[in-house]
Amino acid sequence: MASRERPGLYIHVPFCERKCPYCDFYSVPLAGSRAGIGGYLESVACEWRQAASGWPAFDTLYIGGGTPSVLDPEQIASLLDTARASLAQPAEITVELNPADVRAALLAALRAAGVNRLSLGVQSFADDELAWLGRRHDSAAAVRAIALIREADFGSLGLDLIYALPGQDPSRWRRNLQRAVALAPEHLSCYALTVAPGTPLWRRAARGEIVTDEDASAALFLDGSRLLCDAGYEHYEVSNFARLAGDPGASLRSRHNQKYWSRTPTLGLGPAAHSFDGERRWWNARDLDGYAAALAERGDARAGEERIDAAMARLEAIALGVRTADGVALAVVGDEQRCNVDRICDAGWATRREGALCPTREGLLRADGIARLLGSDPDT
Amino acid sequence: MRQTRNFSIVAHIDHGKSTLADRLIQKAGLISERDFHDQLLDDMDIERERGITIKSNTVTLPYRDEAGQDYDLNLIDTPGHVDFTYEVSRALAACEGVLLLIDATQGVEAQTLAHLYSALEHDLTIVPVINKIDLKAADVERVKEQIGSDLGLDPDEAVLISAKTGQGVEEILKAIVERIPAPAQRSAEPLACLVFDAYYDSFRGTVVSFRIVSGRLEPGDVIRFFSNGATHTVEEIGRFSLKHKPTRAMQAGDVGYLIAGIKTVSDVLIGDTFTHKHCPAEKPLPGFKEVKPVVFSSIYPISSDDYPALSDAMEKYKLNDAALTYQKDTSIALGQGFRCGFLGLLHLEVAQERLEREYGQSIIMTMPSVRYRFVLSNGQAVEVDNPAHFPDPVQVRVSEEPFILTSIMIPDRYMGAVMQLCLDCRGVNSSFSYPAPGRMEIHFDLPLAEVIFDFYDKLKSITQGYGSFDYELIGYRPSDLVKLDILVNSEPVDALATMIHRDRARTRALQICKRLKDEIPRQMFKIAIQGAIGSTIIARTNISAFRKDVTAKCYGGDVSRKRKLLEKQKRGKKRMKMVGQVQIPQSAFVSVLRTQKD
Repeated sequence: MASRERPGLYIHVPFCERKCPYCDFYSVPLAGSRAGIGGYLESVACEWRQAASGWPAFDTLYIGGGTPSVLDPEQIASLLDTARASLAQPAEITVELNPADVRAALLAALRAAGVNRLSLGVQSFADDELAWLGRRHDSAAAVRAIALIREADFGSLGLDLIYALPGQDPSRWRRNLQRAVALAPEHLSCYALTVAPGTPLWRRAARGEIVTDEDASAALFLDGSRLLCDAGYEHYEVSNFARLAGDPGASLRSRHNQKYWSRTPTLGLGPAAHSFDGERRWWNARDLDGYAAALAERGDARAGEERIDAAMARLEAIALGVRTADGVALAVVGDEQRCNVDRICDAGWATRREGALCPTREGLLRADGIARLLGSDPDT
Repeated sequence: MRQTRNFSIVAHIDHGKSTLADRLIQKAGLISERDFHDQLLDDMDIERERGITIKSNTVTLPYRDEAGQDYDLNLIDTPGHVDFTYEVSRALAACEGVLLLIDATQGVEAQTLAHLYSALEHDLTIVPVINKIDLKAADVERVKEQIGSDLGLDPDEAVLISAKTGQGVEEILKAIVERIPAPAQRSAEPLACLVFDAYYDSFRGTVVSFRIVSGRLEPGDVIRFFSNGATHTVEEIGRFSLKHKPTRAMQAGDVGYLIAGIKTVSDVLIGDTFTHKHCPAEKPLPGFKEVKPVVFSSIYPISSDDYPALSDAMEKYKLNDAALTYQKDTSIALGQGFRCGFLGLLHLEVAQERLEREYGQSIIMTMPSVRYRFVLSNGQAVEVDNPAHFPDPVQVRVSEEPFILTSIMIPDRYMGAVMQLCLDCRGVNSSFSYPAPGRMEIHFDLPLAEVIFDFYDKLKSITQGYGSFDYELIGYRPSDLVKLDILVNSEPVDALATMIHRDRARTRALQICKRLKDEIPRQMFKIAIQGAIGSTIIARTNISAFRKDVTAKCYGGDVSRKRKLLEKQKRGKKRMKMVGQVQIPQSAFVSVLRTQKD
């Protein structure tokens, strides 16, 4: 493993109380599969024993989902215990929570297990929006959950919000953000609602019941970014904001997620989890049964794998780099792209800074387009 | 002793020519009921779909009359479109008579008259035939009256038939042998054969259809073409059954095919005369002229990788289409292709469809152009059919474009609309006449360039299908010509340039700009699309840029997906044309170039 940075560990918990209509992550409804949780925990432990060898100590652990908080506190703790011996000190240990599941007892158990960062799926502070999103909590529950988390003294709290709901008025998004800022989270993830193929939302869009408006979404993006930056947050990735810390230049970014964007190796455990060791990327069987069966049969849950050559690595570095405020190294972009870099800078979408091409707010809004431009062969 | 009759069927479109031909073939017992498929002679898909005949076919029908006399009735099929009037005239020159077919429900139409005149020009015996008498709407008496008054023929000579049911077909065969004269007995004279068709057979090479006007012909004879002096040794001659039937010898009056090791169809000119090399006829048969293309367009492969395949297909296609001319052409936007010349717009469309259908090519054709003429300031005269070669305007002293004399036949109630159409198409020198009550013929001098676009479609539409037209080239006339450039982000797209009359330029430019705007997807940067004459912008539009082009989430599994998308678009970009740093999808060219009809 060439990278100097320590790798990250991800554990996917594929259970939800129920499926949200917009979500395209792998999860199964808990009803009828609660009995499967025990088997899942065993499989993860089994996968860990097979997969962990050869990896240096991890300095981040992220338990995501699905909804990890539908597990019992002891079950979450057992997942943590699985990998505890391989965690460097100090490690960033994050667990995703649904506000509806937040109880003092759960928080205490997580705190005791060493969790030091929570990611709370608030999504909105407006009850009608939460209902439209199919969430099982209301805004009061979110506020209560945040208060409990603050009482339990977790070092870092991140809130997830969703914007650009069909027809969403800019003032409503603004109000959501103001509510969030007032609660002073260390971290905010603001996702534009995405109509992903295969979701109930997709089917509604295909029937013409809902219409998305990219121009409106763009306006909300810019508006939100300005509001949060004015409130002392750093817009450090397309959808992510971190509160600036006391020290100049320091902020409370998610260390774990940054590993994805900087192409630092990560090991993913659980169904549908992806891994990257610096040379290869692989992904596990997507469904719970296939995952368990593969592990039982051959001690390996991989459904596919690819080797990343230099050209592929370059494309990845560009595509990921232009999504972050730190940008992409100009050396990676290549000198033959100078014309395109000029065009991008002239358009006000990025600036050259310390050997890197760093996107502006307008640039983050066009990160995919910029990546296409820089990733293509130079025009002849 | 068998006797021979050579005849053709001529008719206005849809009056039942192909159906009658099929019926005659069936009647002659050339083909069993079971194998029969409609419109046997129109064997190209396109012909059957459009109900027109493009290539002519000839068939010999055996017939025995009541007295026991055997006949070979040579049915010489003729193409049915104005692009091919010359070919029609050569086919008629091989006949002694025609069946002039008239629809009992429609009566005499424009082409009926045109066909009558060309038959008369060739001194042919005319047998009027009234078809579709089985239909409820048939008005035989009215048609008979028209035959007398409009055509000047004897209405009582008209044969009444229904090609659909077969009623009256026997009477037609009788009329052919009784009324159409036998060919002149000139077998003792030197050989003179009229070429009226040629096609390419991948096994046999070029197969020539000919009529022996005088002399005798046998396999082994050495023949010589008058037009180019080429000599060939006859390998095989024969008659047209539905399949070819070789014979030992043929003589004056016979119609047949010839195989003589002729490599391509282009080596044979329709209307040419061939004779014996050693004992030649003194002079060629009259009426030969070399057909020249009048409409030009460049053909490019949709994907530039397919150029070799297109090149191959062009070569093969050309074997069978002597009228097509082509040479290499190169476009910055579309890559390598061919500049082609056609007899008319239909010929162009037929070539396009055949290249796509029969040769599996995906092609783009640039806007059709006529051949313009320029006199430069140094006195030099140049002809230009490709906008890429448009001369420097400061050097041009005179510019001229080809004009045609059109003859338009319509029911007189459409006069106003048709006059307006012709005036809109820059028509001049109008005149009109009333060949029959309720019908009128309008003459106009029109620029050919106007007609090759959508004139015929417009005429059809404003006359609800009743209008028909014919034209002949009448020469070049001065005209204010300009080159219209289409610019994308200030860079000209060469494949979209056109030569056009100044008054037409702005409308066309606006139309093209709009089409491009509709077809070019929004991109990262704003795109300016302009139409320009020289440095003067006459039309412009913009395509606004994306305001947002980013996915919300990018975590573990999204990295591979993102990279794969980039790899895919990188490959896809090779199929996009870059102009002024703008990716123009092929569909944009196709949209602008393929449909000029709205």
